[in-house]
Amino acid sequence: MRAMIIDDSRAMRSILRRIVTGLDFETTEAEHGQAALDQMNAGVVPDVCLVDWNMPVMDGYTFITQVRANPEWRDVTLMMVTTESEQRQIVRALAAGAHEYVIKPFTADAIEEKLELLGLLGADREVPA
Amino acid sequence: MTDPSAFASVSALVRRETSMVYDEGKEYLVEARLTPLANAKGLGLEEYVARLAFDAEERRKVIDALTINETSWFRDHTPYQAFTEAMLPALLEERSTTRRLRVWSAACSSGQEAYSIAMLLDQHLPGGWEYEIVCTDISTQMLERVRAGRYSQVEVNRGLPATSLVRYFTRVGREWEIADRLRERITVKHLNLAAPFPMLGTFDVIWLRNVLIYFDATTKADILRRMLPMLSPDGYLLLGSSETTLDLPADLAASWQRDQIGRVPAYRRASAMTLSRTGA
Repeated sequence: MRAMIIDDSRAMRSILRRIVTGLDFETTEAEHGQAALDQMNAGVVPDVCLVDWNMPVMDGYTFITQVRANPEWRDVTLMMVTTESEQRQIVRALAAGAHEYVIKPFTADAIEEKLELLGLLGADREVPA
Repeated sequence: MTDPSAFASVSALVRRETSMVYDEGKEYLVEARLTPLANAKGLGLEEYVARLAFDAEERRKVIDALTINETSWFRDHTPYQAFTEAMLPALLEERSTTRRLRVWSAACSSGQEAYSIAMLLDQHLPGGWEYEIVCTDISTQMLERVRAGRYSQVEVNRGLPATSLVRYFTRVGREWEIADRLRERITVKHLNLAAPFPMLGTFDVIWLRNVLIYFDATTKADILRRMLPMLSPDGYLLLGSSETTLDLPADLAASWQRDQIGRVPAYRRASAMTLSRTGA
């Protein structure tokens, strides 16, 4: 599985990279939505994007609408990871095509559980007793 | 906790009052949970532990703090999937005359399990059906939290689908409050699993997940024996993924029949036929 981490904060990208690398994802990074789109247009299409909302050049919301507008990228899972915690903003992101939403601050478990919800961690992590 | 005798005395206290076992190796947990309580009294950890011998109020706080409450929404995912996809359709058929379901969240902690179940029932129960979820816990502090139905930003990140967050919660300041229509279905009661159960009626599904591991073998068997009549004859008992009835005394083990439901084992009351087949 490949994850693209899209956040203008290098520290946040590094935190997320450590978490998802630990879950066996390969990662690529972009510091704003446009840089992420450029990579995808060049053929680097991840299984999941972890997307910040507030970024320079192109924000996460616009990025999501752009990805959803391209049918070739319909299998890309989009997860917002952002300090934006207004209820209407969450609704807006989901309506635009985000599959999940994590509010900063978060724990590593939160990222793992959301990826599991999205079916991105492989089947049966729980082994029946 | 640096002083082993302080840990031993806390461990003995918890065991005495709840039958929960805190083995060596859990010192870090005891220290992490008790340090804020000691600080609140302006005491060092060891002084605080010494005070517990004669301070009942602080003892109550320690029990509350040490009652495990580490939880997320839809924890482990598969039991909820099995509940929705297999148990619920069967129960809808079996209860089609009463149109009423009763669920017990038997160590409800801060309520994520109970409210996760409530969300599923809200989505999957046909119109005209009623449900009640009884939440019990030994920690009065946790029961207050369930009653309040308010969760922090960090808590709502844990395993709760974003669609459910916006559908069932309202943001209030820095917290998120569960919808009244779910909270109204929850009944909260103080209960020590290790002591005789009060009258609670019978349940269609009992969730007893990730709590038996904290009890010794005798108490565990005793709990599962007293649980039997609490479950309706066609009901389901769900345990945690590392918990089982296999290590119970033979007669009791035979009273619980393990069925694979979806991807999880569920435990059911063995019928007379099953009992004779297994020779019990």
